[in-house]
Amino acid sequence: MSGKPRLTYCNGRGRMEPVRWLLAAAGVEFEEIFLETREQYEKLIKDGALMFQQVPLVEIDGMKMVQTRAILSYIAGKYNLYGKDLKERALIDMYVEGLTDMMQMILMFPFSPPEAKEKNLDSIKEKATNRYFPVFEKVLKQHGQEFLVGNKFSWADVQLIEAILAVEEKIPAVLSGFPQLQAFKKRMSNMPTIKKFLQPGSPRKPPPDECYVETVLKIFKK
Amino acid sequence: MAGKPKLYYFNGRGKMESIRWLLAAAGVEFDEEFLETREQYEKLLQGGSLLFQQVPMVEIDGMKMVQTRAILNYIAAKYNLYGKDLKERALIDMYVGGTDDLMGFILMFPFLSSEDKEKQHAVIVQKATSRYFPVYEKVLRDHKQDFLVGNSFSWADVHLLEAILMVEEKKSDVLSGFPQLQAFKARISNIPTIKKFLEPGSQRKPVPDDKYVETVRRVLRMYYDIKAN
Repeated sequence: MSGKPRLTYCNGRGRMEPVRWLLAAAGVEFEEIFLETREQYEKLIKDGALMFQQVPLVEIDGMKMVQTRAILSYIAGKYNLYGKDLKERALIDMYVEGLTDMMQMILMFPFSPPEAKEKNLDSIKEKATNRYFPVFEKVLKQHGQEFLVGNKFSWADVQLIEAILAVEEKIPAVLSGFPQLQAFKKRMSNMPTIKKFLQPGSPRKPPPDECYVETVLKIFKK
Repeated sequence: MAGKPKLYYFNGRGKMESIRWLLAAAGVEFDEEFLETREQYEKLLQGGSLLFQQVPMVEIDGMKMVQTRAILNYIAAKYNLYGKDLKERALIDMYVGGTDDLMGFILMFPFLSSEDKEKQHAVIVQKATSRYFPVYEKVLRDHKQDFLVGNSFSWADVHLLEAILMVEEKKSDVLSGFPQLQAFKARISNIPTIKKFLEPGSQRKPVPDDKYVETVRRVLRMYYDIKAN
């Protein structure tokens, strides 16, 4: 037993990617098991490893953790990325939840039918530029600090850099009206643990392709 | 100004109901402002009160909090309903994640077409009885304690009771295979703050009706079809 957290998921981003980001940002090494077949998934269920019969699953500190938010909150709490008090935590939670809502659209995108993809892409662009990015642009502009909350690196910063890069993959010029976010992106990308995660060969997963979609549908078909 | 928390939402359950439950369970009195018109909503937007242009919004301790989960986390921690350490918190988060997913199926229910409602009804009952309830039944059976986590009343207990009652509204005998949950339901319902919340005249909201759906659609200009998941 290595003691490193062990992640079980498909070999792709999905709901596990924020967990990979947060562990990497915290400088925590982890192992991964990739689900490739339905049989693997059914065995996990039969073995009682999945509390609600779902992945992500993260084995950490003797627990078999499920529910993405629970996992992320635990990691953030454990590695001091969750603010210094209840109020900072509240801000981090608000920011993270907002970004998660935005990322949900990107998460579902590969699974939408071809005829809906253009509309969905417009929706992502619209929400990113009118609802979400302006909030974080304003936060950074107002306090003039390097990090979103409490002048200290936190889960919120990791979630924001992940979200920015994910949206840019779909809409390359999306940050053009957001100078604070451009500077933020550069700053975060240069933090040693994040820089390492952004290099080839890291556990970061590529954007979902057809093969990934096929695998997911095959494993989880109802 | 210390003041009571103030909740901004429609006059109905939706995403605010879990917050009402948790504040009530903690014995915290709160005020409510109900959104009835588009103008009210736009005024909130223009005033910059809604961080992501959405409700729920709760004014509490000088903050205008949005995002249901953030609000619930804050209340749970503030009123000591979030476990005694990181590991208990992790358990509570996992359990609440499950009941949240279950109640999510019910949340969208009023907005579905009649045909989809029938299908969704079956999904709710199936998920409750084969995926979610068995987990909590086993937790209670295995540790034989009164509460889900750490032998101490927590947010997880409040959320589970809320979920049980909501599913029972759809199928009244849904707990028939779950003796632990039946006992849990009786026990938690008798906690004084919860008992009070379950009485008529409390701020608990009734099952959503057509009028509620109309109000939400009108205020949010949400006229598109909601698809069942």
